[in-house]
Amino acid sequence: MRELSLNAMDVAQNSITAKATLIRISEKWEGNSLVITIEDNGSGMTKEQVQSVTNPFYTTRTTRDVGLGIPLFKMACEQTGGDFSITSEKGAGTLVTARFAADHIDMTPVGDMDETILLLITCNPDIDFVYEKERDGRGFILDTRELREVLGGDVPLSNPDVADWIRGYLKEQMENRE
Amino acid sequence: MKSLEELKALRDKARENMGIREDQPDATRVVVGMATCGIAAGARPVLTAFVQEVAKEKLEGVIVGQTGCIGICQYEPVVEIHEKDRGKTTYINMTPEKAVKIVHQHLMSGEIVNEYTIGTIGK
Repeated sequence: MRELSLNAMDVAQNSITAKATLIRISEKWEGNSLVITIEDNGSGMTKEQVQSVTNPFYTTRTTRDVGLGIPLFKMACEQTGGDFSITSEKGAGTLVTARFAADHIDMTPVGDMDETILLLITCNPDIDFVYEKERDGRGFILDTRELREVLGGDVPLSNPDVADWIRGYLKEQMENRE
Repeated sequence: MKSLEELKALRDKARENMGIREDQPDATRVVVGMATCGIAAGARPVLTAFVQEVAKEKLEGVIVGQTGCIGICQYEPVVEIHEKDRGKTTYINMTPEKAVKIVHQHLMSGEIVNEYTIGTIGK
């Protein structure tokens, strides 16, 4: 994976497969420390599954015998000297937390997190997303439940004009912060 | 500033132009494989290209979505198009440029882009 935003997309796909109805993604910076979290209210995992998911030879899919998503994300994190953790409860959801030392020479660029968020929202209009971004105490939150309230039940988040609005909104938040 | 007022205006405009409902079972579905294999092979820009081109051409009755591993990781990025009358078409080794061509030739003109299908390349 060339960007951490792609790892985030990959982990969020696991949340979608786990039938989550709410997925929270956060990117928080404090100096050179970056913490990315992906939290869902999906089907969750048993203790044994949680222990197995960082093993590349563990996977729930039936099409082949390897699962590299979590191991790759963990590796990207640990190669900077960071920490990686997964907590999960069967029937309640899963939280993936990755802390990176962003000034490390082996740091993977974060890449286009906005694009990841926008695609997740517009291509999964039945799932709610909360995206939180923070740098040194300043930041913003985008919550699709609030957008849904404005849009009502009949205009979906996948509407192209709505997608454009979200794209513009995310871009503005970035510019205002810088 | 992008305001919620602006979003309300978009909502009202969308209600006026409401064409085929997105949950309509007859809609054509474009599904991009977004598991680790797909993403690592470049599926995200392919998904973006489909979303943007479908929006640009104002296609109604087409839903662009994502899915997990389709099971043919060596051919990623993989895109499936599901149509009510024609069933499933599988496009492999996708790029954003191929996505634009598929939107025009397949989704708009109804003609499968044979050179990008698994039946042609995957032999």
